Amino acid sequence: MSATPSVEAEKTGKVEAPNSPRLGEWRTRIRAFTQAHRSWTIVIGMAIGSVVLFFWAAFPPFSFVQGQNTWISGFVNAGVFILLALGLNIVVGFAGLLDLGYAAFFAFGAYLYAFGASPFTHLHLPFLLLLVGGAVVAAVFGIALGAPTLRLRGDYLAIVTLGFGEIVPIVFLNAEKYTQGTNGIGGVDRPNIFGYEFPGIDQTAYYVLMTIVVTIVLILVYRLLDSRIGRAWAAIREDELAAAANGINTVTTKLAAFALGATTAGFAGVLNASKLTIVDPTQFQFQVSFVVLAMIVLGGMGNPFGVAVGAFVLYNIQNVLLKQLNAVTDNLNIPILQDIDFVKFQFLLFGIALVLMMMFRPEGLIPSQRRRQELHSAEADSEADLEALAPDAGEVAL
Amino acid sequence: MTAAAFGRKMASDSVSGGLLLHADGVTKRFGGLVAVHDIDFTIPTGSIVSLIGPNGAGKTTFFNIIAGIYDPTAGVVVFNGREMIARSRRAWLEPFIWFMPGFIGLLLTIIAASNGAPDGEIFIIAGITLLALMSTLVIGVARPVRYQKALPRIGIFRSGRPNDMVEAGLGRTFQNIRLFQNMTALENVLVGMHSRLKSTWVDAMFSTPRDRREEKEAAEEARGYLRLVGLRGKDGELAKNLPYGDQRRLEIARALGSKPKLLLLDEPTAGMNPRETQEMIALINRLRTELGLTVLLIEHDMKVVMSISDRVTVLDHGEKIAEGSPAEVRANPKVIEAYLGAPAE
Repeated sequence: MSATPSVEAEKTGKVEAPNSPRLGEWRTRIRAFTQAHRSWTIVIGMAIGSVVLFFWAAFPPFSFVQGQNTWISGFVNAGVFILLALGLNIVVGFAGLLDLGYAAFFAFGAYLYAFGASPFTHLHLPFLLLLVGGAVVAAVFGIALGAPTLRLRGDYLAIVTLGFGEIVPIVFLNAEKYTQGTNGIGGVDRPNIFGYEFPGIDQTAYYVLMTIVVTIVLILVYRLLDSRIGRAWAAIREDELAAAANGINTVTTKLAAFALGATTAGFAGVLNASKLTIVDPTQFQFQVSFVVLAMIVLGGMGNPFGVAVGAFVLYNIQNVLLKQLNAVTDNLNIPILQDIDFVKFQFLLFGIALVLMMMFRPEGLIPSQRRRQELHSAEADSEADLEALAPDAGEVAL
Repeated sequence: MTAAAFGRKMASDSVSGGLLLHADGVTKRFGGLVAVHDIDFTIPTGSIVSLIGPNGAGKTTFFNIIAGIYDPTAGVVVFNGREMIARSRRAWLEPFIWFMPGFIGLLLTIIAASNGAPDGEIFIIAGITLLALMSTLVIGVARPVRYQKALPRIGIFRSGRPNDMVEAGLGRTFQNIRLFQNMTALENVLVGMHSRLKSTWVDAMFSTPRDRREEKEAAEEARGYLRLVGLRGKDGELAKNLPYGDQRRLEIARALGSKPKLLLLDEPTAGMNPRETQEMIALINRLRTELGLTVLLIEHDMKVVMSISDRVTVLDHGEKIAEGSPAEVRANPKVIEAYLGAPAE
């Protein structure tokens, strides 16, 4: 009936867009490529981005701040937070279940690696095995947390997950006999992949590994988002009762969200433990959960790319920019600014950023744009098949 | 799928008699309030049956019981030849099944520990215990098909949940439209088709050919449903941006996605103008003739009810006060009294 106008508008909009024909042609070509081959787009984008960052870190403006290796090390740490944010995004952004205890799954991954590859247990299992194992253990505990909380919604779910997030580090802290309590498990093995031992000082190997892991996780997360289960999560987030009344098993779907969300935290835990070579309970406190949640909100809840960028940016603000601000203000000789320690005020700054964000751009910096599925282009092809299914569809009017 | 898991297969007389749904003595109490009291109700296959009554008569409550949203206080609903909805029987046995392996494991752990077994052995036993406990818990919560099939054999019966009813062949719409507002029309219908699609998250992650083919076919089929209800070409629109009448149609398209045998429509013409109402009547008739659907309708608009129903059931204060063809019901003094009040003495 009134269907054609929107299709028409879409078409004309595309034709009008480019100013200079060449640039426009490239732009449409790139856009067509990214839509048709999203996974390759992610691989290429991550490859270019990581290579550029790697070399640029040795040149201005990066080199003004710190050395290349320090930057790379920071990027690897940021990668840990990207993984955490991508995982929490499945639970919070896709399925709409507020999880405030996400750091617990991070802890499970880290401690699994510490148990599996350290002088403490005299075990030295292969790194890749433990990387998968950490993810599996985290997923199992994700289900264990998810199962009893399935009937809870909103605030109540947040409180229970908060409790879980507090319990886990405290258990690791107090089970001194098995975890060495506050001292943590030190001397954890560095990764050893197919005989290549990761060096301690040069962080390049970690950087490459982290890039690969983040790329894979990004691809998988995007695939999940557009799949049957991704739609089910979106439906549950929108209206749980209606979702159930349309044949979605809300119980298993939510459990899947918890489990899949926890897996990337497991990856992050193993990678973090192998990089720091020490695991102790203070690494998994509530502020980790909070910071990751803030990264999601600021980056753009529900959009994996936005979330990843948000995590990267926020981590670097937290760990580089604020320290630099201190250094700069110390040299400025302005009385008040000199006394302010910006690192100590980071949570105040986070809070202000969140408040401003909620006021002016609640959807985040890079919000998720619901993918326009290839509907319009596919419509013409499928016309014939549709005739068979619904012969004179659309002509309901009397 | 799960349909097979439910209850005993009822004597086939209800099916051979052409009854798609058979409710027997359904009662629902909310605290002291009896919302629905002892209602017997049948829906013959292929018919359009209406449920009418004044506001607060218990129509929607009855609807929700059939759809698996409320558990009834008493009574049984047989759908498509299977007992789907009734009070739970021996449900207390279920937790015992969940906790038994964990409990046995705990005992073993304690025995091992008190006999001075080495740490490593205790760890292994405790680990196995934890794993057993968790797997039984997860099975109990997720309720896979095989588990549901096994339950009736030991006499445990659980009333069907909404998604079980959908898989058994029941689709519904809501009185106040409950679309997924921020999803497109097409995605809404795809969610409706969820129970018929088979790809799992593993398929999605590895983007298997099966997954891609299924997604493509599903999108085409969904577009077909949209066209069927008269939303041709609106598949990319967000549900919240559609006009009111189109939202009602979209909700029907979404319900059709699960290929239901019985479609429950809760006030499909509420808030529509006469022309839209006529279109809706035409659509409902077409659903019956073209898709062979059986329809249960709640409706306040008597013109709609009288023009398309084969049978009409009237509820008042949770009780069935009349049943029969539209003409019979219209002439029934009890119905007139329920709507207009008793005549002055």
